[in-house]
Amino acid sequence: MPTIGVKRSLLFQQLGRTYTDEEFDQLCFDYGLELDKVEPIPDSTDVEYKVEIPANRYDILCLEGLSRALNIFLQKTELPKFTLSNQKPIRMKILANTQRIRPFVVGAVLRNVTFTPDSYNSFIKLQDKLHQNLCRNRTLVAIGTHDLDTIQPPFIYDAREPKQIKFRSLNQQTEMQADEMLEFYAKDTHLRRYVSIIQDSDVYPVIYDSNNVVLSLPPIINGDHSKMSVQTKNVFVECTAVDLHKANTVLNTMLTMFAQYCCKPFEIEPVEVEQADGKVIVYPNLAERSESVSVKKINQRIGINIDAQTAAILLNRMSLRATVLDTDTLRVEIPVTRTDILHFCDIAEDCAVAYGFNNIVKTVPKTSCIGNQFELNRVSDLIRHSAAEAGFTEALTFTLCSCSDVAEKFGKTIENIPAVHIANPKTQEFQIGRTTLLPGLLKTIFKNQDTQPIQLFEVSDIILKDATQETGSRNERHLCALFYNRTPGFEIIHGLLDRIMTLVKIPYNESQSGNEGYYLNNQYEDSAFFPGSYAQVIVKGQNVGVIGVLHPNVIEQFGLKAPCSALEINIEPFV
Amino acid sequence: MATSKGTAASASTTEKSSSLQTEILLYLSTNNELNTWSYAKERGLDHQLVVGTIRSIESLGDVIKSEQHTSRSIGLTDEAKGLLRDGSYEYNIFQAIPADKGIEQPQLMKLPNANIGFAKAMSKGWLQVDKSSKPPMVKRKVDTVQDEVQHLLQRIHSLELTDSSAEEVVELKKRKLVEDVTINYFTVTKSAGFSTNISKPETDLTAEMLQSGSWKTANFKPKNFHAKGLLPSYGCLHPLLKVRTEYRQIFLEMGFTEMPTNNFVENSFWNFDALFTPQKHPARDVQDTFFLSDPAVTTKFPEEYLQKVKQVHATGAFGSIGYQYDWQLDETQKNVLRTHTTAVSTRMLYQLAQEKTFRPAKYFSIDKVFRNENLDSTHLAEFNQIEGLIADYNLTLGDLIGVLYQFFRKLGMTKLRFKPAYNPYTEPSMEIFSYHEGLQRWIEVGNSGMFRPEMLLPMGFSEDVSVIAWGLSLERPTMILYGINNIRDLVGPEVDLKMCRRNPICRVIPAKSEE
Repeated sequence: MPTIGVKRSLLFQQLGRTYTDEEFDQLCFDYGLELDKVEPIPDSTDVEYKVEIPANRYDILCLEGLSRALNIFLQKTELPKFTLSNQKPIRMKILANTQRIRPFVVGAVLRNVTFTPDSYNSFIKLQDKLHQNLCRNRTLVAIGTHDLDTIQPPFIYDAREPKQIKFRSLNQQTEMQADEMLEFYAKDTHLRRYVSIIQDSDVYPVIYDSNNVVLSLPPIINGDHSKMSVQTKNVFVECTAVDLHKANTVLNTMLTMFAQYCCKPFEIEPVEVEQADGKVIVYPNLAERSESVSVKKINQRIGINIDAQTAAILLNRMSLRATVLDTDTLRVEIPVTRTDILHFCDIAEDCAVAYGFNNIVKTVPKTSCIGNQFELNRVSDLIRHSAAEAGFTEALTFTLCSCSDVAEKFGKTIENIPAVHIANPKTQEFQIGRTTLLPGLLKTIFKNQDTQPIQLFEVSDIILKDATQETGSRNERHLCALFYNRTPGFEIIHGLLDRIMTLVKIPYNESQSGNEGYYLNNQYEDSAFFPGSYAQVIVKGQNVGVIGVLHPNVIEQFGLKAPCSALEINIEPFV
Repeated sequence: MATSKGTAASASTTEKSSSLQTEILLYLSTNNELNTWSYAKERGLDHQLVVGTIRSIESLGDVIKSEQHTSRSIGLTDEAKGLLRDGSYEYNIFQAIPADKGIEQPQLMKLPNANIGFAKAMSKGWLQVDKSSKPPMVKRKVDTVQDEVQHLLQRIHSLELTDSSAEEVVELKKRKLVEDVTINYFTVTKSAGFSTNISKPETDLTAEMLQSGSWKTANFKPKNFHAKGLLPSYGCLHPLLKVRTEYRQIFLEMGFTEMPTNNFVENSFWNFDALFTPQKHPARDVQDTFFLSDPAVTTKFPEEYLQKVKQVHATGAFGSIGYQYDWQLDETQKNVLRTHTTAVSTRMLYQLAQEKTFRPAKYFSIDKVFRNENLDSTHLAEFNQIEGLIADYNLTLGDLIGVLYQFFRKLGMTKLRFKPAYNPYTEPSMEIFSYHEGLQRWIEVGNSGMFRPEMLLPMGFSEDVSVIAWGLSLERPTMILYGINNIRDLVGPEVDLKMCRRNPICRVIPAKSEE
């Protein structure tokens, strides 16, 4: 969820009244916002409200949008009508090279704007917010805003080899070649994260004016030449993109928020963009989408009973333009600012928000079902209780671990272990899914060595690679138990196995062969276990796990000091 | 044989002590008070033996009571005890002289301690020495003498004389025959349960006593109810999983069926795309989700369903304008560690939609999910998600609110409020807040909503089927319940096993049901 900071005094000025922090918090709650923090502003009696905004509401990511939405919600004002001016549009031409790297550009002009330091600041902050969210850190869309009076249309959107691009970038003293510039910004704390978006391309996107002045090197940096300031009167906004739909949303958001400061409020001057194929498209596209909505269906979805007139009023309060067509039908005009409205259900929700979630009469669904347990979980719980009844303490350890936790520490190599590997771990602790519960339990003992003996167990899932499964992997539910003391106490762990087998009604197989009952097969060795102290647990002819005394190397690898015997079995055959 | 000898010795000591017990009790039956010091002295007993016997009588119960006193007194030195027995040195010198003729001095001086005795006897004027003869002769100067020193010692020993500042005592102190001593003694009186007829209680009932019937006459020592008992050896369940049991029970009581959530690896299709989460959504970023390098992708999907999901994302369908972007197959194929159990809910709903006739369903699960988050005291890379959902015809947001009240009432929460929220796959979406009486504020306790038609309709549900759902984490309410601030104290290898072993029964107490 994005959070925006707004000065309280400016917000209350826009809202036409003051609120206590509690009152404003309640207003936010009702609208689906959250007053996250109230932060003092140094050397000022004013404070900054940090307001959390739903991730799909780009139209309230700045003071202008927030106060407009709340004023409409409080019925103090109406949704503005955004219009296009009749001025002959300036033109921008896309050259073919851009299609290889960043194919789209859209743009528009805000004429005769009057900024104040606060509104100019808000204008800059909104670009930052959009870059972080909708623009996915400029990968999808990048915004450039320019003082139109410093540059000469028509503009060219091209992609050129880095060495052919040379200009003075924003706030720099000297010109740099584009490749040098990227090297330079790779060291910049703020901009370095964008460098990789284009660095490896053979051509970089660039916008020129008709005098060959560079407006911007998207998505990295603007030119210094067209730099804006609080005095700027005419603003040229361009958005380059790999996603045209999002570029339009970003452009429209910038325009609809700040057109209120134009000489003719909410009037926007279009820009013609000549596509690489010669086709001309005029931006912005401010056309409102119209939906016909059944009030009955709204009532049905929300569980309320309101008439068409009430529904229309509620929707208008949510910045939608609703008019009553007949007793059951509304026409809802969805303004360009409301890109979050995808479906009827979004309109129904807005109606519910304005109605007030907490005013809805609660009902109980008539749905009648019989509850059932997942059998594997039921069996797991029974075995957990049995292990605890046998005197063992339950641990709860992590599913993710390092490669060495299941391999090197047990004298094995990771290549021979069917573990699923994580592509993007943030730490070495989370390289793979565990293939055994042992490392987690041994780490738990390491942290709890002060009293002995320790009798520990866990019943949890491990993860195994399995090509027969849809995802190439499956969980397997294991029981693992350890006895840790001055002597290994193998007989205690062995006794626990016998006890569990009694409980799951598997008899001991004295013949030590065949597919009946259970027995221990000690014909093999395992590097995790002390020689001669290891056996496979065979249940109904199937190898379901291991039992034995852990190898002193394992004890050492986990930083332990005393011997330990262990049991780990797959319990799924008992379901 | 050493053993039997030891037993005999100890039996004899016991008998001796037992007879002293009887004597002391008899004494008290006729006397109001017993002074241990004088009692011992009078009977020539060791004071410590008397005190020990008094103590053992006291241990039998409310028979006698004693009060300790401290007294400064005088006592005989070891040397004086010899004098008490054998007489003073000067008296012995005098007695050694024949009454008529006297004795040669060298002969006299052979007596023990003769130098002191001779000097003292001389100064008392008991003797005269005839130095004219060789060797000199010692003769009696008086006919008879009294051994005053022995007499004094006798009086001190019998406590007739205790004044350490008396002139004669000071004289004896100078001769190192008497010294100052501190005496700890007791005065003993009868108590409420006094009886001269007591026997030592048995410590505990035994099987032999039951068989012989001796328990009927035996006395038993009362149990100590002022100390803790010995803990039995025991195992225990993990505190977090005890809370999980309670939540699971609540769902089962409410008629929900548990979903099979034992698949931590999921692909992006079921984890995201089927839930109408766009492919460029921040949740699908490598910063938030664990992707797998091996096995990296899933290639098997229900093809018809996949095409519908693609369509609803890319161009819109089922009454939705969609997200309008270039939907990529390779993005949906990417395997992840599931970020929510809703991936399983989605699979369950898809299966439900494939059934020939729709049947209403109530599903729940509590299981692990994974987030590639930065870790802190309240966030781990894996945690348990609790989830419930109901699928039926024409469910409303009011139904969801009603079910949430029912569910949270079972957890003891009755004051709820709902905040509009955003979630890619639910609309409306509500954050659930509950008023926490202890913390005196509203706390967020979960998320909820109605699944979007863009999620349900591609599965094949008819338009009048709604699905209402809610979810919460298991760890957060458990930390509040137990007052734990750092999640690592609860989950993972750093858990304190002692805390786990002390952890009480988990009983989530429901609020009373509404009128």
